[in-house]
Amino acid sequence: MSQYSAFQSIVAPLLVNDIDTDQIIPARFLKATDKKGMGDHLFADWRYQPDGSPKPEFVLNNALYRQARILLAGENFGCGSSREHAPWALCGFGFRAVISTSFADIFKSNALKNGLLPVEVSADAHWKLVRFLEADANAQVIVDLESQTVTLPDGSRESFPIDSFSKYCLLNGVDELGYLMRFEGAIRDFESTHS
Amino acid sequence: MIQPKTLFEKVWESHLVAQEPGSPAILYVDLHLIHEVTSPQAFTGLRQRRLNVRRPGKTVATMDHSIPTHHPSLPIADPLAAKQIRQLEANAREFGIRLYGMESPNRGIVHVIGPELGLTQPGMTIVCGDSHTSTHGAFGALAFGIGTSEVEHVLATQCLLQRKPRTFEVRVEGSLSPGVSAKDIILALLAKIGVGGGTGHVFEYTGSAIRSLSMEERMTVCNMSIEGGARAGMVAPDETTVAYLAGREYAPSGDAWEMSVQRWMKLRTDDGATYDKSITLDAGALAPMITYGTNPGMGMSITGRVPDPDAFSDASQKLALKKSLTYMGLRPGEPLLGKVIDVVFIGSCTNSRISDLRQAAALLKGRTVASGVRVLVVPGSQEVKRQAESEGLHRIFKEAGADWREAGCSMCIAMNGDQLEPGQYAVSTSNRNFEGRQGKGGRTFLTSPLTAAATAITGRITDVRTLITH
Ligand code: SF4
Repeated sequence: MSQYSAFQSIVAPLLVNDIDTDQIIPARFLKATDKKGMGDHLFADWRYQPDGSPKPEFVLNNALYRQARILLAGENFGCGSSREHAPWALCGFGFRAVISTSFADIFKSNALKNGLLPVEVSADAHWKLVRFLEADANAQVIVDLESQTVTLPDGSRESFPIDSFSKYCLLNGVDELGYLMRFEGAIRDFESTHS
Repeated sequence: MIQPKTLFEKVWESHLVAQEPGSPAILYVDLHLIHEVTSPQAFTGLRQRRLNVRRPGKTVATMDHSIPTHHPSLPIADPLAAKQIRQLEANAREFGIRLYGMESPNRGIVHVIGPELGLTQPGMTIVCGDSHTSTHGAFGALAFGIGTSEVEHVLATQCLLQRKPRTFEVRVEGSLSPGVSAKDIILALLAKIGVGGGTGHVFEYTGSAIRSLSMEERMTVCNMSIEGGARAGMVAPDETTVAYLAGREYAPSGDAWEMSVQRWMKLRTDDGATYDKSITLDAGALAPMITYGTNPGMGMSITGRVPDPDAFSDASQKLALKKSLTYMGLRPGEPLLGKVIDVVFIGSCTNSRISDLRQAAALLKGRTVASGVRVLVVPGSQEVKRQAESEGLHRIFKEAGADWREAGCSMCIAMNGDQLEPGQYAVSTSNRNFEGRQGKGGRTFLTSPLTAAATAITGRITDVRTLITH
């Protein structure tokens, strides 16, 4: 996994609460046996007409957001199914962070393993960002994991929480399986007494 | 004095392998279930790293999500689904994992066959790349869904990195009225706390109403814990649990059985232990429930009226409800009783066990499905199917005009061709009413099997209590 460095980007707003993983990537796209190509199906049923042409009113079909690396969503983002295809699809599109006021547990855990940062901000900060984007769709936001802050278009900074282990793994490109495998001895000891 | 502990804490602590300061716990996994949809990329990862499956005997595989439910002799029409199924067969063979494959008499939905085979036992840690793994918590196991990276972690190390969740007691007291069932308990809880109400927590279901539920009913309740945002839901084991497990293929036997039962019966929350959160429901006050929106928390009593977005002060809630009602084609204030529906689906890991089918059949016996309504009855496993057929339930369903299928997830997730057409309304015993979940553009009302069967008979959303009192 590559190291997660600070970046600046415009923000694609998708201000819907409780966006479930069935919307992020509908089940019919889960028949793939690899991770590739999921980005094309991101939000498929919101993004495309039945004939496959893009729905012009959907935010990601606006040419402006083709370069967006940040998605701004409503609360409880990623609820529902455990499918890791959801972060694969978001990353496949090019997103590196999702900003929301809250995330579902399994989605958050899956996202962190794929270099997609769940940025949990206060309702106030969220509201502020929405206002900035309404005023200027091109407004830029900086996401900095090291300092755990997002810098809003007016230069003000909002902090976000992340557990120290996930932060360390992301910043250093450390993969969790590698860490886990270092505990081979402890696992063997545990197995020798566990019924 | 020994610190009193909750059931969750007891199971968590007995599976802790190690924990470094500032890092998540390393938790040992007793049973790992895998299926065709969320495992292929995990095996690819293992091969890329040249790793083996550490304890193949602790992983069990089956296919359920994308398999057809027509007669097994017919070929799988979808080449992608066929490829996924072949890949699971190849992965199981290569790594020495037990597979309940297409030909197996024990094949079924992963959360139905685990308990059925006695693989699911109290006090275990159980994981699967599937969010409804919470089902197995009905046995007092700590069971939760994981992502595909974590499936790879478990295959390679039999362990997972986990942050300790908080605890949330859901106490349900009293007894259910006729026509009201376990599904209505969980839908009522979700209507109360919403789809994010349990995030970061593990539910423990307690109280007299939970104690009097059968194991299958407890599974229905635990199954939908994730719909409240809780990755796991647990019920302390008791005589009901022990009676269910006795004699099952993988349950312990002989002396080991006696010792296990002793150990299991100690798995309960100590007096004086505290939960981080709690809520109490009165079972006696519950009516049959139905969802009206596009997440399982948007539910109400079947006699209720669709809420008005303008009654909400919070702007984002207002918007969410508006969006849902637009998708569902419903008006604020509208009652759902009497609404004409197109499809009834009786199945899924929530409600496809033998007791669910018995309830539906009892209502359908001697009656017929309303004309123009498609009714699909999909047993949760081939074992459930055989049992139902030995009791003649399949004849009741067929004579009533319902379609009797082979086991699988089917229209719960609509990956296998069993799906709603755009705009169709379905009453479904499954667990998710998300947009497009049962087929692109399809619109789902979640209910109990009783409500689903009553609706099948009249072709309109029906209060089952009006059929059983007559
Ligand atoms: S029946 Fe539905 S919810 Fe259950 S495992 Fe299958 S797809 Fe998932």
